[in-house]
Amino acid sequence: MSAQSILVCNQCDLAQHEAILESGGKARCPRCDNVLYRSQPNGFRLSLIFAITSLALFLISNSFPIVTISSQGLINSTTLLGAVGQLIKDGIPSIAILVLITTFLMPMLEICILIYLLLPLHFGRTPPGLSFGFRLICLVKPWAMIEVFMIGLIVTITKLNALASVSPGIGLISFVLLMISITVAVSNFDVHAFWRQVGLLQKNGLKAA
Amino acid sequence: MNAALQSLVSCEACGLAQHRSSADEVTACLRCGSRIHHRKPNSIGRTWALVIAAYVLIIPANLMPVMATGSLFGTENDTIFGGVLYLWESNSEMLAIILFCASIVIPFAKLFSLTFLLISVQRHSTWNPVFRAKLYRAVELVGRWSMIDVYVATMLTALVQFGSLMSIRAGVGAIAFASVVVITIFAAKSFDPRLIWDNAQPRLLHHKKLMKETHV
Repeated sequence: MSAQSILVCNQCDLAQHEAILESGGKARCPRCDNVLYRSQPNGFRLSLIFAITSLALFLISNSFPIVTISSQGLINSTTLLGAVGQLIKDGIPSIAILVLITTFLMPMLEICILIYLLLPLHFGRTPPGLSFGFRLICLVKPWAMIEVFMIGLIVTITKLNALASVSPGIGLISFVLLMISITVAVSNFDVHAFWRQVGLLQKNGLKAA
Repeated sequence: MNAALQSLVSCEACGLAQHRSSADEVTACLRCGSRIHHRKPNSIGRTWALVIAAYVLIIPANLMPVMATGSLFGTENDTIFGGVLYLWESNSEMLAIILFCASIVIPFAKLFSLTFLLISVQRHSTWNPVFRAKLYRAVELVGRWSMIDVYVATMLTALVQFGSLMSIRAGVGAIAFASVVVITIFAAKSFDPRLIWDNAQPRLLHHKKLMKETHV
């Protein structure tokens, strides 16, 4: 029994044989029902395309104001980084840092690493520092919270509606699109398939050399 | 069969199954280089510490104001529940329910679930491991949504800055609340769901070493 064809469920530690999936299928652990891996035929290509889209949207989202409010002749608008700056000015740097990490740094890292890993893979190469990049993405993933931030924005706008007139900016529309594209990019990146692909490339590389 | 009994360890990051001779050996994954262990080190102790810290902080998080609205007519303090009530009264029932779930139900449900999981694992419970495994995955999945209120406080603080006419500042409660969210995310991460199954299959657990390691 080689360890390669054995799969261990990371939730319940059940050792089992790897099954070959039909296209679009999911492998679930027979004991604890955890999803082990999926078969996504176009997964990497979709993930890469949407990661690149996300990068563009990320830049737009953060360069234009999200909302503008006006009340009795007074006008105010903010970008995401502007909001973080305002919190620091108000003397609550702890929350400012948390917001900066979860809505700016981590999503940016996530997008960049995805592109860094998948673009060379698309052309049949493996990038240097592949395993480091992979570890980083595992670390970053739970802390990138763009979709939660979106709901936060909706609640904010609803609350502001009572106080002032609110007009959504380019940033808001861009953030909605970013949320969708980042979700597609991340959900199409399958860890199991990624390492299988890397393994194949490295095997071929050895043969060629 | 449990992988640990065949001296097989799976990498938590990339999922590669690999052989390790001793149970308490901390080494790097052969493929991706992440640290791997049979079970997360000192999982129960760490998770308890974080859960207790969150229980303490959740009190000020709910009682102290997350937002202070200053205007010409004085200052008004809003707690988390006040924010939910405000949305409900301004006819945004849907959002009020979402916010209520995200800010009040989820943090408490998470803490109670983790407490239940910890106690059940410590008492070597064999009761319905599939349910407990799913409960754990739900706790992990849902935790991030509690951040909504933190973002609302941030954006309102940034936007409503009209000097003495009206300005909003985030309050002390917001710091406590954000801490609860972050601490419970760490708590969920430090809990090892494989412990549920170690106890659920007592017949397989004759491994002295494993017993010692998992029930510290």
